[in-house]
Parts: sequence; structure tokens; C-alpha cells
Amino acid sequence: MASTPAGLTRELLALRVAHELRPGMVVNLGIGLPTLVPSHLPEDHGLLFQSENGILGIGGIVEDADFDPDFINAGGQPVSVIPGASFFDSSISFGMIRGGHVDVAVLGGLQVASNGDLANWSIPERGGGAIGGAMDLARGASRLIIAMEHVTREGSSRLMERCTFPLTAQACVNLVVTNLAVIAVEPGGFVLREVAPGVTVEQVVAATAAPLAVPPGVREMVL
Amino acid sequence: MVATIYDTPDAALDGIEDGVRIMFGGFVTSGSPGNLIRALCRRGTKQITGIANNIGFGDVLDELCEGGQLRGMIATFAIRASSTQTSRFEVQYRRGDVALELVPQGTFVERIRAGGAGLGGVLTRTGLGTPVAEGKRTLDVEGVTYLLETPLHADVAFLRAHRADRLGNLEYRGAQRNFNMMMATAADLVIAEVDEIVEAGAIDPERVGTPAVFVDRVVRCDPVVVRR
Repeated sequence: MASTPAGLTRELLALRVAHELRPGMVVNLGIGLPTLVPSHLPEDHGLLFQSENGILGIGGIVEDADFDPDFINAGGQPVSVIPGASFFDSSISFGMIRGGHVDVAVLGGLQVASNGDLANWSIPERGGGAIGGAMDLARGASRLIIAMEHVTREGSSRLMERCTFPLTAQACVNLVVTNLAVIAVEPGGFVLREVAPGVTVEQVVAATAAPLAVPPGVREMVL
Repeated sequence: MVATIYDTPDAALDGIEDGVRIMFGGFVTSGSPGNLIRALCRRGTKQITGIANNIGFGDVLDELCEGGQLRGMIATFAIRASSTQTSRFEVQYRRGDVALELVPQGTFVERIRAGGAGLGGVLTRTGLGTPVAEGKRTLDVEGVTYLLETPLHADVAFLRAHRADRLGNLEYRGAQRNFNMMMATAADLVIAEVDEIVEAGAIDPERVGTPAVFVDRVVRCDPVVVRR
């Protein structure tokens, strides 16, 4: 797959994810790429960001100079809180998550399978791992969006028929946004929705290691 | 019972022995009892089983590895899947020097809650179909399959809060509550470090996060701030 195009930058990928969010939603953003999403939202976005370390109503990432160890997001980054924010302990926080009170979770991914399985916490040859809130979020969020690079650095597809890495949760992914495409996970498997500017349908199909349905009218992403 | 106030974090660890099982409150930098952890490093207590959300993510807890004080960890975050940074814990884990039980974060706090609340465990769907479920029982309730997760309890819990009163009531600020509130309920000896110790009544009862009944020892110290 040496011909896999570069597609979107990480920033543009985050921008495309931002288009999935609507005012009034409660949203949890995972560590890594998903934390770039808020900088691409309009100021009056009307979203409520939940962070599993116990904050509902996170504002934005703040400068290191203002670092307060007790105002951080789940990635440990210093954050502000909006008027109307609330603090709570981890039991309430995960009750929110498992209990279906979070509308959307955006997580990073290592592998997504066409049956919606997600692997994102452990690479077998590295051992150990970092589960954090991922397993609870994958099961509990009403809608799960995975934001990730389409292929690994070595060029193999992260979208496959079955995950080979340890699972985070089964049949949990609704939408995958990559640097190449927007792909929905439907009962029948992967369905191509959009391609990144400058990327062809054929290139996305070639970079996907599972059947990919291409319905008529696949459009280019609007960024 | 009234909490005992100690002058230093080192003195507050009186009686802690090798082989102890300790819960450490905190989520990376917030609500992390860094002074008590450093006192534990100085004390040189060995064969510790730690129960904490994270180790090796820019936290003070990783310093326990320097002196080889840990036997193992029960944690949710220990070795990042895609990172080139290596913590001391990770090095010791790869050598086989320390054990690691990884727990999903929501399950982690509910197991602690069960341990502190006299409950026999937790039923959750989190972890089903993953390595977390291996060797565990499942139960069907009203047609839904759940994983049975067992309670967690410890000999000692280290907490960080904003203020304590002389009875041991704790007030938190910002995102400090995280695991501190449940860990306070689930250990035989609970030690809290705080920014300030005040008279009983100075903390509005409406603002008490952890009621005094759970807290045995209190020590005042400025927070340890580790820049990541």
C-alpha cells in the first residue's frame, strides 16, 4: 500500500470530526487526536464537554503558565471550565458514561473491525496497556466516533475484518473519521460516506483491509 | 472519632509496614497525594501493592519504582499503547519485577465503592468480550449479560484534598474528588494531605466531600506539582 495518499492533516481530521457535533450534545473527547476537536468549533458551539476525571463543562486547554493541578482534562492537560460547569467524583462520572448520559464519545483507535469492534488500548508486542475510560466510553456513549489515521506507519490498514489487537469493546463503533475518509459502520459492515479532498474512492478501498460498500453519491468532505 | 493531625507527611505514615496494600487517590496531577507518596519513598517500605488510577504518566507514584518498593499495581493507566516515553514502572514491568492488573476506570472506582460500602461486587457490561473478562463470572439479569467484578479494599488510603477540619471532614476543589472520595471509604487507615487545616465548622457542611468518619489522619502540606 505504498500508494496510500497522505490525505488530511491531523488538524483537518479534527475539523471534520467537529462537524459531527451539534449544539446541546454532551461530548467526551479521548486522549490524543480527539483533544484537537474543540479548537475547530465556533465559540457558541453549545456543547457540554464531559471529562471522565470529573468535570462537566470543560472550556478549553489553557496555557501552561496558568497551570493548576486540579483543573485538568483526562489527558492531564490544563483546562478552563465554562460558567455552569460541575465537578464530581469518578463514580458519578462513570455513572454518567455507562448510564447513557453522554451523547457522543470521540476516541482514538488502533484498529476498527467491520463488525464495529474497537481495539485502542494495547499493542500486544508492547504488552501492558492503558485502558483508562475507553472500555466504559465505548460501551456507554450513545454514539462512538473513532478518529484515527487510516493506515499504520508501516502502511497496513487500521480498518479490517477482525481486530487482531485486544478489544476495547465489541460492536461499539458508529463512525470512523480518518485522514482519507468518513466511513460508517452499518449492520452489513463498512460503508464509505465521504473521501478527503484529493483522495479517490479507489485509494480508500485499497487502503481498507475489509469489504467497503461504496454507495452512489459518495462525496468529498466539506471542511 | 476525631482525626489525628500530624506535623509532617513522614510522621503520618507511622505504622505502615512492608507488604502493605495502599490506595492512592488522584488522577494524574489532580487530587494526588504527592507529599505522602514521597514520604513513603523516604520510608523505604517494600513489597507494596498499589491501587491507583495511573502510574508512569508524569505522576509522583512512579518515583516508588526508583527504590523498587512496588510488588505490583492495580491501575487503569499504566503503559501507553502508542508512546515512545518509558516510565520507571514500565521498565520494571518489562523485567518482570512488578505485577500489573489493568482495570477499566469505571469498573475500578465501582470496585472500590463496593469495597467501602459493604457490597459483594459490581455487575457491569464494561469489559465483556475483552481480555478484562477472562476468568471472571458473568450473570444474566433481566436478559442482559453482565460481568461480575469483585470489591477492592486496602490497608491504607492516601488522599489529597483542599481543606480538612479538625474532625477530619474534607473539602475538595476543582477535579480533586476523582478517586479520593471512594478510596476514603475503602481502607482501614485513611491519611489525607490538605492545603489547610481549619476548625470544625469552618467548612460549610454543604461543602463536605468526605465526611469525617472516613478519615483517620490529616497532614497539612503544599501540593507537589509535577510538570509533565
